Amino acid sequence: MSELMIEASTRETYGKTLVELGKENKDIIVLDADLSPSTMTRLFAREFPDHFFDCGLEEQNMIGIAAGLAASGKTVFASTFAVFAACRCFDQVRMCLSQPKLNVKIVATHGGITAGEDGTSHQAIEDLALYCSFPGFTVIVPADAIEAAEAIKVAANTYGPFYIRLSRPKTPLVYSEGYHFTLGKAVTMREGKDITIIAMGIMVAKAMEASLPLARQGIGCRIINMPTLKPLDEEAIVRAASETGAIVVAEEHLAHGGLGSRVAQVIAKEKPVPMEFVNLKDRYALSGKAEELLERYGLTAKAIEEAVRSVIQKK
Amino acid sequence: MENTELKEMANKLRRHVIIMTATAGSGHPGGSLSAADIITALYFKVMRHNPGNPQWQDRDRFILSKGHAAPVLYAALAESGYFPIEELRTLRKLDSRLQGHTDRNLTPGVEMSAGSLGMGLSFAIGVALAARLNAKDYWTYVLLGDGECQEGQTWEAALSAAHFRLDNLTAIVDRNRIQLTGWTRDIMNLEPLSLKWQAFGWHVIEINGHDFNQILTALEEARKIKSQPTVVIAHTIKGKGVSFMENNPAFHGKAPTLEEAERALKELERRELR
Repeated sequence: MSELMIEASTRETYGKTLVELGKENKDIIVLDADLSPSTMTRLFAREFPDHFFDCGLEEQNMIGIAAGLAASGKTVFASTFAVFAACRCFDQVRMCLSQPKLNVKIVATHGGITAGEDGTSHQAIEDLALYCSFPGFTVIVPADAIEAAEAIKVAANTYGPFYIRLSRPKTPLVYSEGYHFTLGKAVTMREGKDITIIAMGIMVAKAMEASLPLARQGIGCRIINMPTLKPLDEEAIVRAASETGAIVVAEEHLAHGGLGSRVAQVIAKEKPVPMEFVNLKDRYALSGKAEELLERYGLTAKAIEEAVRSVIQKK
Repeated sequence: MENTELKEMANKLRRHVIIMTATAGSGHPGGSLSAADIITALYFKVMRHNPGNPQWQDRDRFILSKGHAAPVLYAALAESGYFPIEELRTLRKLDSRLQGHTDRNLTPGVEMSAGSLGMGLSFAIGVALAARLNAKDYWTYVLLGDGECQEGQTWEAALSAAHFRLDNLTAIVDRNRIQLTGWTRDIMNLEPLSLKWQAFGWHVIEINGHDFNQILTALEEARKIKSQPTVVIAHTIKGKGVSFMENNPAFHGKAPTLEEAERALKELERRELR
């Protein structure tokens, strides 16, 4: 897997990208809730101390402050861990950002079980279901640091509320410099005619890894990276179903409400084909190292490979 | 406006509230009536605003955190000229711009979508910070309910407004002592409320929220306080102006029947004649 060995941190990329954006646009304001060394907003805070506000451990208050700033013309980035951004602030995001469609970008780090050793309280596994449920929200999960930088810039320049989920650990690069992210568009990472694997976030690299042994056995996998969960690229999904006849969805999220549910809804309505899902089942995860947890809870290349073999028999 | 005119306007807003909620058949008259004098003072005396240009950048901001008092805000906006007075009768009706709780997308002059309590002070902090960042001299006012002070987020915001030294922000607590199911002291005691705000770093002024001299003096004093935000705890009477609504928790979230509305309007008209 030499092509996937280079790793980079999506959250460090976030901090650096914020600094770039801050130089271009003086109306960018960044908020954090006492996690700036972890979310990496401190890189921005050091550069632009007057445009950074630490809201302390007041995540709900932070959302309201973000809304007030945005209602006054600012482009606001607000960061904390994904679990707090989603679960703790649900009503605040609903009333202060989603309903009034304000220009606030929630960039949340430590998404998924790869938050790791801190355990259940710090592992956001329902965040995408919650954010996708908000009318008018744009929801993005970048596949790597390069896509993260691109998506953050697009968010800064696109009016409206965004949720962008980043990871705690460094993650493999699946793109090279020069990659161009298009909001709401799926990206075909690899062509194949027998089945399509639709993945997001860290599962994109794993899907690519899974496709290699399958290719050796003559199973051609189309791999689609779906960085924008909402609005969803329905056309790419329908085309994949029509052209390959079976779909596996892989995501670091609970089975319900995330990418798998959203893709299945499109498939059920537009082009029913056999589907399989690689995701977290209906339970919380334990403390452990990121890789150990991915192994324990079945978010591996091997699991994707097995899902492909299973669903392809139903074609 | 002189105080006598302000009193007349407040009375007019109260009559609108009665007609609006009775016509809608639902709504929250009690907390609208208690806040009528405060809102009258703000819209018809204190605030710099332009009904012809609701998005005017230099306008003073009024944020209604207790979103259930929407009827009295709508009445003030209509009387100010933000939209036609006849539109008040569409309150809560399908396709009306006047939603049951405030909606900043729909109603000219409404700054914040509210109704889920405890969020307005946070929003106001963002608005006041933006004034500082943009070197604007507009003032940010936010009206909280006293029951709303039971929400934890209110105190998160209280901490941070003081921390950010927001001396361009004035909070007003409509201390009518009643919430949906009864007296605040019985449901969840707030006292000593004044000491709580002081302890959180605020300049506190306590007034009779139905006395225009006191309201105006307090709001004037708030603008002179430096390096800290000010809260005006306005002691009010829930349902003020209508005998059978005053201090009656039943009218927190219940509209008057048409017959009750007629009685209420008669009482309010008599008051005006006095």
